[in-house]
Amino acid sequence: MSSLNERVSRSDPEGRKMTIVEALREALQEEMRRDERVILLGEDIGVQGGFGGAFTVTLGLAEEFGRRRVIDTPITEAGIAGVATGAALGGLRPVADVQYGDFLFLAMDQLANHAAKLRYMSGGKLRVPMVMRAPVGATTRGAQHAQSLEAFFMHVPGLKVACPSNPYDAKGLLKTAIRLDDPVIFFEHKLLYGSKGSRKEAGGLEIFGTVPQEEYLIPFGQARVLRQGPDVTLVANLLMVHKSMQAAQNLAEAGIEAEVIDVRTLAPFDWPTLFESVSQTGKLVIVEEDNLTGGWGAEVAARTADTCIGYLQAPIRRVAAPDTPVPFAPIMENFYVPSVERIVATVTELM
Amino acid sequence: MKEVSLTKEKKLAIYRSMVLCRMFEERVNSLFLQGRMPGTIHQAQGQEASAVGVCQALQEHDMITSTHRPHEHAVARGIPVKNLMAELFAKKTGCCGGKGGSMHIGDAALGMLPAIAIVGGGIPLATGYALSFQYLKKPNIVACFFGDGASNIGSFHEAINMAAIWDLPVVFICENNKYGASTAIDQVMKVKRVSDRAAAYGIPGKTVDGNDVEIVYQAMQEAAARAREGKGPTLLELETYRLAGHSRSDPGHYRSKEEVAEWKKRDPIARFETTCLVEGFLTDNLIRTIRSSVEQELNEAVAFAEASPSPLPEECLTDVFVE
Repeated sequence: MSSLNERVSRSDPEGRKMTIVEALREALQEEMRRDERVILLGEDIGVQGGFGGAFTVTLGLAEEFGRRRVIDTPITEAGIAGVATGAALGGLRPVADVQYGDFLFLAMDQLANHAAKLRYMSGGKLRVPMVMRAPVGATTRGAQHAQSLEAFFMHVPGLKVACPSNPYDAKGLLKTAIRLDDPVIFFEHKLLYGSKGSRKEAGGLEIFGTVPQEEYLIPFGQARVLRQGPDVTLVANLLMVHKSMQAAQNLAEAGIEAEVIDVRTLAPFDWPTLFESVSQTGKLVIVEEDNLTGGWGAEVAARTADTCIGYLQAPIRRVAAPDTPVPFAPIMENFYVPSVERIVATVTELM
Repeated sequence: MKEVSLTKEKKLAIYRSMVLCRMFEERVNSLFLQGRMPGTIHQAQGQEASAVGVCQALQEHDMITSTHRPHEHAVARGIPVKNLMAELFAKKTGCCGGKGGSMHIGDAALGMLPAIAIVGGGIPLATGYALSFQYLKKPNIVACFFGDGASNIGSFHEAINMAAIWDLPVVFICENNKYGASTAIDQVMKVKRVSDRAAAYGIPGKTVDGNDVEIVYQAMQEAAARAREGKGPTLLELETYRLAGHSRSDPGHYRSKEEVAEWKKRDPIARFETTCLVEGFLTDNLIRTIRSSVEQELNEAVAFAEASPSPLPEECLTDVFVE
């Protein structure tokens, strides 16, 4: 899985290597230093002697910014989302988080009915500059700490959705998310956090990315073409970006050159980059960890068919999880989560 | 409760505001029956003491949050009646540009967030807004209106708990009108009073006659002062009654005629009018003058709304995002 890191590194040889956890923490730290209105809200995020959140992202921030700005909440996901939304209406720029993305269902009313709609309902008078961070992905925790929820939120008009796959994107997108005046759901994959924190994930990837010393922002709605190839387009997000890159390497050994696109944000979605690629390759395979039915890949397939039908030389295929809850047993979970082998097999079948 | 001492000017302002609330609702009801407005409405006739007593105790930059029954809150908060009427008429000049409608009226610049029509959904928002006041060291408070029905939903518990632990400048105002739609509150709540629940959060809880505007004003003043002093939230329960149905299609068969008649005797406007007449500064002549000026204001509002342009159909595509 080294090619993505190398590619990121090449863009800035002077940068520093860090994990996604460190990159996210640095984004929060920089934005909090820059803007007094940025506050953090979440469970176990600032407690002295605590964890710095479920995955250590906020570790040390309470020491620098104080408990007034790094606010530990009760276990109260609807409360966290609603209070963050209300505080955003009142002029703050809250960055809230839930310990596991699955808990967003508890906050769904506040996110989907209020945060997403208040600007619209007010006739464009209100702004809701809040970020909700949420870890997703199957990591041998069973069905309720494992789901990939991006499609739920991509479906809600009024919400922006980010899903970075590497430290460089994680930092640049989180800084942008904090500065946006719209609500952002910011998904992070548990297996990509990196192992430098105290909460090493079994099966986690050693994702170190190069992050420049100087400040940078990454705009929403710009996918990144990680690998060019004329034979097939692979489009993916989060962990599936890395699996797709590995699959592309394996395919290359068989003489199939895949183009790999990391969507980086699902809302807004960079349709031009995808359509440009598909119009060149004529084949599209969408790789996502969500359940097949109604996943974000379904929308991508529909739009691509709509726009690129004249270029398609094969059916659009999706490599996704089956329509079951996430299983616990590692042997079943490995079967459930899309694998490099499934991606390779799906592409090979199209050739 | 100790006697409130309000100036005559303040009492007249309260009286006029209550009359405006009631006559606004009556006018809207008649416009609906004539088929001149789209959508549905949830009216609050009979609850004027609550809306006006609370809002008259607020300051300019304070904020209120409201519910699916928001007309009187908006009128009492001072949102221009013509912009409220235009919103109900689905016009571009409405306070939400025609994108809100009856259940979402409001104007944050004038101290009222768009009304939240998910029962209980506004309570966490009010709490968050209060957090911004506290964080930004502003001297303001949030008045969070909700009904008895909302006190059974999770967001009530989650938000009041957070406001309590952080001593946020917010007053939680439960307008207990005895029914959540058609379900009587005593069927769905084991404690006697909604305010009993304050004990669970370690904050003061108080139940008062929500149809006596002076008592409401006094109770709100105390709760607001406490919030402004950084001492945290209060759960204030106002016992009241909606004389209208739940929504425009509701004839209210679940309530006895006797019960409705009993509450009609406690009409908050009639009661306050009598008090003011006895005190002598309000006269029959002055009542006529006030009613006729309110009538005039409503006539102008309806004329403004009817003459206003509709939004363009494709304007439904804007205001989803800032950028």
